[in-house]
Amino acid sequence: MSGKNTETGKNGKSVKPGNTAKNNSVKKAGDTAGSGAAGNPAGNGEKKKSPNRGTMKKVLCYIRRYWFFVVLSILCAAVTVALTLYVPILTGDAIDYIIDKGFVAFDPVLSIVKKIVVVVLFTAVSQWLMNVSNNRIAYHVIHDIRREAFHKIEILPLKYIDGHSYGEVVSRVIADVDQFSDGLLMGFTQLFTGVITILGTLLFMISLNGKITLVVVLVTPVSLFVAAFIAKKTYSMFKLQSETRGEQTALIDEMIGNQKVVQAFGQEDEVLERFDEINGRLEKCSLKAIFFSSTTNPATRFVNSLVYTGVGLTGAISAISGGITVGQLSCFLSYANQYTKPFNEISGVVTELQNALACAARIFELIEEEPQIPEAENAVVLKDVDGTVALEGVSFSYTPDQKLIQDFNLAVRAGQRVAIVGPTGCGKTTVINLLMRFYDVNSGSIKVSGTDIREATRASLRTGFGMVLQETWLKTGTIRENLTMGKPDATDEEIITAAKAAHAHSFIKRLPQGYDTVIGEDGGSLSQGQKQLLCIARVMLCLPPMLILDEATSSIDTRTEIKIQNAFARMMEGRTSFIVAHRLSTIQTADIILVMKDGNIIEQGSHETLLARGGFYANLYNSQFAQ
Amino acid sequence: MKKLLSFLKDYKKESILAPLFKMLEAFFELFVPLVMKKIIDVGIANGDRPYIVRMCLLMVALGIIGLACSLTAQFFAAKAAVGCSTKLRHALFSHIQGLTYTEIDDLGTSTMITRMTSDINQVQSGVNMVLRLFMRSPFIVFGAMIMAFTIDVKAALIFVVTIPVLSVIVFGIMMITMPLFKKVQKGLDRVLSKTRENLTGVRVIRAFAQEQEEISEFGEENTALTKLQMRVGRISALTNPLTYIVVNLSIAALIWVGALRVDAGIITQGAVIALVNYMSQILVELVKLANLIVTITKALACAGRIEKVFEIEPSMVYGDKAEYEKKKAEAGNTAPVYAVEFKNAGLTYRGAGAESLSGLNLKVKPGETIGIIGGTGSGKTSVVNLIPRYYDATEGEVLVDGINVKDYPMEALRDKVGMVMQKAVLFKGTIRQNLKWGRQDATDEEMFEALEIAQAKDFVDTKDGKLSAPITQGGKNLSGGQKQRLTIARALVRKPEILVLDDSASALDYATDAKLRKALRGMREKLTVFIVSQRAASIMHADQIVVLDDGHVAGIGRHEELLAGCEVYQEIYYSQFKKEEGKGA
Repeated sequence: MSGKNTETGKNGKSVKPGNTAKNNSVKKAGDTAGSGAAGNPAGNGEKKKSPNRGTMKKVLCYIRRYWFFVVLSILCAAVTVALTLYVPILTGDAIDYIIDKGFVAFDPVLSIVKKIVVVVLFTAVSQWLMNVSNNRIAYHVIHDIRREAFHKIEILPLKYIDGHSYGEVVSRVIADVDQFSDGLLMGFTQLFTGVITILGTLLFMISLNGKITLVVVLVTPVSLFVAAFIAKKTYSMFKLQSETRGEQTALIDEMIGNQKVVQAFGQEDEVLERFDEINGRLEKCSLKAIFFSSTTNPATRFVNSLVYTGVGLTGAISAISGGITVGQLSCFLSYANQYTKPFNEISGVVTELQNALACAARIFELIEEEPQIPEAENAVVLKDVDGTVALEGVSFSYTPDQKLIQDFNLAVRAGQRVAIVGPTGCGKTTVINLLMRFYDVNSGSIKVSGTDIREATRASLRTGFGMVLQETWLKTGTIRENLTMGKPDATDEEIITAAKAAHAHSFIKRLPQGYDTVIGEDGGSLSQGQKQLLCIARVMLCLPPMLILDEATSSIDTRTEIKIQNAFARMMEGRTSFIVAHRLSTIQTADIILVMKDGNIIEQGSHETLLARGGFYANLYNSQFAQ
Repeated sequence: MKKLLSFLKDYKKESILAPLFKMLEAFFELFVPLVMKKIIDVGIANGDRPYIVRMCLLMVALGIIGLACSLTAQFFAAKAAVGCSTKLRHALFSHIQGLTYTEIDDLGTSTMITRMTSDINQVQSGVNMVLRLFMRSPFIVFGAMIMAFTIDVKAALIFVVTIPVLSVIVFGIMMITMPLFKKVQKGLDRVLSKTRENLTGVRVIRAFAQEQEEISEFGEENTALTKLQMRVGRISALTNPLTYIVVNLSIAALIWVGALRVDAGIITQGAVIALVNYMSQILVELVKLANLIVTITKALACAGRIEKVFEIEPSMVYGDKAEYEKKKAEAGNTAPVYAVEFKNAGLTYRGAGAESLSGLNLKVKPGETIGIIGGTGSGKTSVVNLIPRYYDATEGEVLVDGINVKDYPMEALRDKVGMVMQKAVLFKGTIRQNLKWGRQDATDEEMFEALEIAQAKDFVDTKDGKLSAPITQGGKNLSGGQKQRLTIARALVRKPEILVLDDSASALDYATDAKLRKALRGMREKLTVFIVSQRAASIMHADQIVVLDDGHVAGIGRHEELLAGCEVYQEIYYSQFKKEEGKGA
């Protein structure tokens, strides 16, 4: 095993498909909302309100902590919009003083220009304040949400974590929160200012001239219709595109992830053919989707130019009859531009907000997930654990309809070795899950040192066990940090002694920074065997009264294993230990061997008595010598 | 970039027409303020209603032409972008398929998948945006300025000052924030990996009661991220207010200069309005351009990464077919003495500091079974990887049927070898489709025969549809042992001359493992079999056993010989069998 070969496809999956899925869902959600917006952008929010109302309330709870900035933001937005709308009026007024050769009133023009300068400075300041407060609200809210989500992860029952893919939970904490913050930020800045702008513009326009206002109000919705129409048409195209893309990603994932197998069987041409077929379909539907969706901008721009022309026409004609001045006309023209813009933006914002709410709902689902059963109020801190473990009438199953462990009794005296054997998937790990109280028994009880483990604090129970699992897990950090997880105040000597006992010292020494070498996520560049040695050293350092070894040496070659076995043997001296192992040779010396099959303990006894019985264990044992 | 541009070459027409039509659209857009000026200066001034209507119709016409141009441009842009990315995807996929194991190891699977999917998508949208906007935005910015010059040179000088100032603000802020955004991304990555770590390591974290420490560590990362986000936010929050100030101050200046010029009779009232309009247009386009540049930078980075993959050349040259046929014909009359021969073979993986295998000398007669045993990382897999030439021996040579593997055409060599890898990989489809990977024209009987030998017939028979039973992606609907047995059957369907089992019975219990070996021995065609294993029981009956220790050969021989004379073998053996029982078995 060169180690090189085993890497294939290990990391392949986690990264991209998750992302694509996110993009797809965003795209989809966006388009749904877009098509839903047809003709009734405001009603769109109304329609989906009921499931969203609860979420909205929770979001508001988070925002409430920053009420000061919310108020500030709203005030600044109002000021910004009002002042922004005021500038075209000032410009118009100024233009009315610039009539023709010799007919220019310089004094009023100068005072207006001065006014514009002042107004502009004020606007800019309030706009900046608004942006900054919005940032503050959005970033702090997501900070709080992330903190809470992470907090929840630490107290979620194992059942939830085992039952959900890591990617899914991570994407809630990362991608969904991000999407939510984008939507929130955009929602704050644009929805509010957009609405105020529309209302303000209308107000100003009506105060100037009702007729022209009517033209603007009548023509503008056309651009919304056009946008909604296009969104509706393109929805199915985008859906097809994302489906096809998903299909292609799946193929890429499968084939590139297992490129070596593809090559070993010379299937390159067949695979490429399949790829090209999907690729061709993708080209067609992508072109359609991209082209049709890209017609939105030109089309709305065209409608806006119609609004502009309409204002020009009615404005110019009423200017002839003296209804309005030329300056007011110029003011109207710039309003016509400003008025249509927020409309286009708002439909986007509504989509974005809905998306954000959907993401928020997913995050809250996690945050509100039922935590593990809280510690009993009078929970005992287990101290001076003597190592007796008793399982009395224990029944347990992961799902109610699939019985697993039933009425299981076992009494372990202090210092005994219990080995658990059986084929893969027979439930060996379940016993460990129960001992560590990762799962609670359905009925019966488990007692450690005579105390029911449900009456003890989790921390004191778990630190009473030293656990080495088959899946080696190390945290990002230095080797030293990893080793001292169970004993933060360990001295250098203690650490080195433990590492030597686990036969890890020699390779640690050779690492660039020795014990201070930083290892990446999941052990980074260390080999599986090296990681396992570190996990063993980690337990050897804190020497708890009880041990759990779940295939603890599965990744270590047998020669090193023998050397470690000696260290294990020394460590197990006087400690109650539970050993799960594949290799029968490592468990022959156990005091009690539990033979499990399909979740049941079918045989129980010492090596000799089990062999003599000639049952399942004897069979299993003898098969390794079969020809 | 060159390589990527070559994909756009096939869409030369589209790539030229798209920006061209975009410019036409912009061109017509630039006329609108001028028409409005006419309406004010001529229409309103003279009270000429029909003139106003005519001018408005002209504006509508400009709008329609603009729309038509723009739609055309969008179509060509989409076509070029999508077409180019489709070709790119094909080329990249087929390039990756041509890479050898060495390059695949170097690149890593997740990298290749990212290049194939999200990177190409980014490039596609980059190309699309460039074709659409890259010409249009600068054109409008400078076009507006030129139009201003046609109205009045002195007033236009304000544009000359404003445009650079605006550009400095927009692009300056972008330059400052872009690296900061990268930092934010890194901060987010840290938060992500912390979250992930706490899910994958939940058992260990709880076993060591580390929850509080983890919460406080996460808190630090999270707060650091928020601080960083706030910092970037404060800077990018400046863009809007600053540009707003500059544009409106310029408008104020335009009004003042306009007042002077109108008073002097040089320009008209309508001209002042037109100038103000042009100024507003510039701002919108500059902001678009800034966003475009962000997209382009991203797309360029992706393109660069894709390019890097293209630059990787497969490190192997396969033997010439004719040459091989000739050699084969020469040796053809006499059956080769050795099916596989290692001559002082060694292998150093690229980038590795030390040899993974060195100085292996081994002669394998056809029909022999070879066991390879040794500790983790002792070079077992390296040995078998050299036979089908997944990697080239970096030292010495490897011969199959008396011919150096380097002289074989790829197919001829791989056809001879049935490989069962450590990791049991199956593909989405049916059992039959998966077995056919071994050989396309295999019949059902042949498949069942292979399944029988691989000890897989029993469970395949229990499946609905038997050979047509579906296999989900990655074979998730099968147990580890079932998958392994199917991969063995797949290799057997191939009817190879050499079968390699690379630790591929690890998920089988001892009894099934033994049955499998027995069935292999009982096959009609005598296969040359290589069994790699950690279990002494799996290889102890082999004709020759190669004992490896840290890349070196610790011993070659039969079980009894090795047990008598090879220290490493003894250690391995007795670690699995207690002494007295080992003798008894």
